[in-house]
Amino acid sequence: MSKVLIVAEHADGKANPSTAKCVACAAGIPEAEIHVVVLSDNSEAVANEIATLSSVSKVIRVDRPDNENQLAAVLAPQVAAMAEGYTHIFGPSTTFGRDLMPRIAALLGVNQVSDIMEVLGSHSFKRPVYAGNAIATVEAPTGLVVVATVRAASYRAVSSDAGAPVESVDTAADIPDHSRFIELQAGSSDRPDLQTAATVVSGGRALGSAENFDLIYKLADALGAGVGASRAAVDAGYVPNELQVGQTGKIIAPELYIAIGISGAIQHLTGIKDAGTIVAINKDGEAPIFEVADIGLVGDLFAIVPELQEAVS
Amino acid sequence: MDKILVGLKRVVDYNVRVRVRSDGSGVETDGVKMSINPFDEIALEEALRIRDRGDASEVIVVSIGSSDAQQQLRTGLAMGADRAILVESAESVDPLTVARVFMSLIERETADLVLLGKQAIDGDNSQTGQMLAALWGRPQATFASKLDIEGSTATVTREIDSGLEIVEVDLPAVVTVDLRMNEPRYVKLPDIMKAKKKPLDMLALNELNVEQAAAIREVRFEPPSEREKGVIVDDVASLVTALKDKGLL
Repeated sequence: MSKVLIVAEHADGKANPSTAKCVACAAGIPEAEIHVVVLSDNSEAVANEIATLSSVSKVIRVDRPDNENQLAAVLAPQVAAMAEGYTHIFGPSTTFGRDLMPRIAALLGVNQVSDIMEVLGSHSFKRPVYAGNAIATVEAPTGLVVVATVRAASYRAVSSDAGAPVESVDTAADIPDHSRFIELQAGSSDRPDLQTAATVVSGGRALGSAENFDLIYKLADALGAGVGASRAAVDAGYVPNELQVGQTGKIIAPELYIAIGISGAIQHLTGIKDAGTIVAINKDGEAPIFEVADIGLVGDLFAIVPELQEAVS
Repeated sequence: MDKILVGLKRVVDYNVRVRVRSDGSGVETDGVKMSINPFDEIALEEALRIRDRGDASEVIVVSIGSSDAQQQLRTGLAMGADRAILVESAESVDPLTVARVFMSLIERETADLVLLGKQAIDGDNSQTGQMLAALWGRPQATFASKLDIEGSTATVTREIDSGLEIVEVDLPAVVTVDLRMNEPRYVKLPDIMKAKKKPLDMLALNELNVEQAAAIREVRFEPPSEREKGVIVDDVASLVTALKDKGLL
């Protein structure tokens, strides 16, 4: 039998949706008993939320003031200290999980399975390599704990209609004081979150300027969509980095993805390959984005986008 | 600060369209251009800038892998690194063992800062820096887009999902770098000539007394599933109709 511990990602008293997707991944391991640990300065609300996720049999709260800022160097020793008895320790392959999980793995003396996209068995998984240009089947050593990150875009969140018990524990881990959080600079936005929105509208370098990117925001608002961008648009300074979609940005799986003025570099395509329907609008009919698009429209975005916005308003 | 260690991994060049071998044993590497992992190149550029403004005395580039990686180390020396170390291994080396190798080099060299790419573009693991920081018991600042050193602390801007996170860490520390940290310099011909005279030490992996970790074994490779060919529509009205037909509007 397998016993899986999932490290929850959360912020502002809410679980990140990636947590419920990690649970879905873990539920694919044969005969898995799934626990979720919430490390926080005040985990009550998050723990109660996660307790409703189906397939979860226990939620473990670890509350201490040091956990407020979710620093990997602070969290990793606490997770490592409670690892005994677990066959698997999973986290999301968001920047939170990618920062934290390898530190846990090293403390436990094991390598990590990064970006699980499919579970084949308790120690056998599929994961993307070479920016998604190849899919590797990997086997983790048996007899050692499996530490892994889960590619959230490959999974649908489990339902939240259950009621697992919640318990609080203290960890005896030594917490270092060599790392300090200073601040988070985040753009405030009322738009749907890029990683969970059902529809995402993204703009690329062809927008030409930060001002012109307004076209993307307006269309997104008309559709109730989240907003993304290509790396080129971020590098050009049109939008902040957290909007970047792709291998080095966010990997997303919306039902509808509309790529506007994006040529479709492979690293961008890696970030959207799990989208339901991909629409591409680009003036270059030969652009690689059209190779993956379900619906393509070749033409001038500055004419098309306002017209489309009008049509869907 | 005295020494900065920078990791340089030899990988398939980022411009190469990677193909899976027909027998599924790996990806095609015969006759394929190999380069420094682009994130590592950015790490090296940052280390050189730190040294050149007087905040460090020496930049040492390190690679772990086949003897072919000497090429990438020579490129690193041509960019401006002071010396190079190649830890030779015929087999590919797993991230935890790589972290243990770095740990052993840190002890030999007493480094104050280790700069690495946030991930290598072949395995896309994104593990080595975090693992090294854990083994070392030191801070990690991953996915960095800005690094300021002042005395014995570093202030790092990290590109995370929710925006930019600023952290302050005590040195020594491990910093893994993201794309927007800097633009690496081009190597000029005279620098390539000069680099030939710079020291490049070769060590065998088993000389370092490093315990090899159990690797995650890659047993098979396959190409990604292709999306079905789509349709091209003529105008916005047809696009809207197509989206309505799919129930998306």
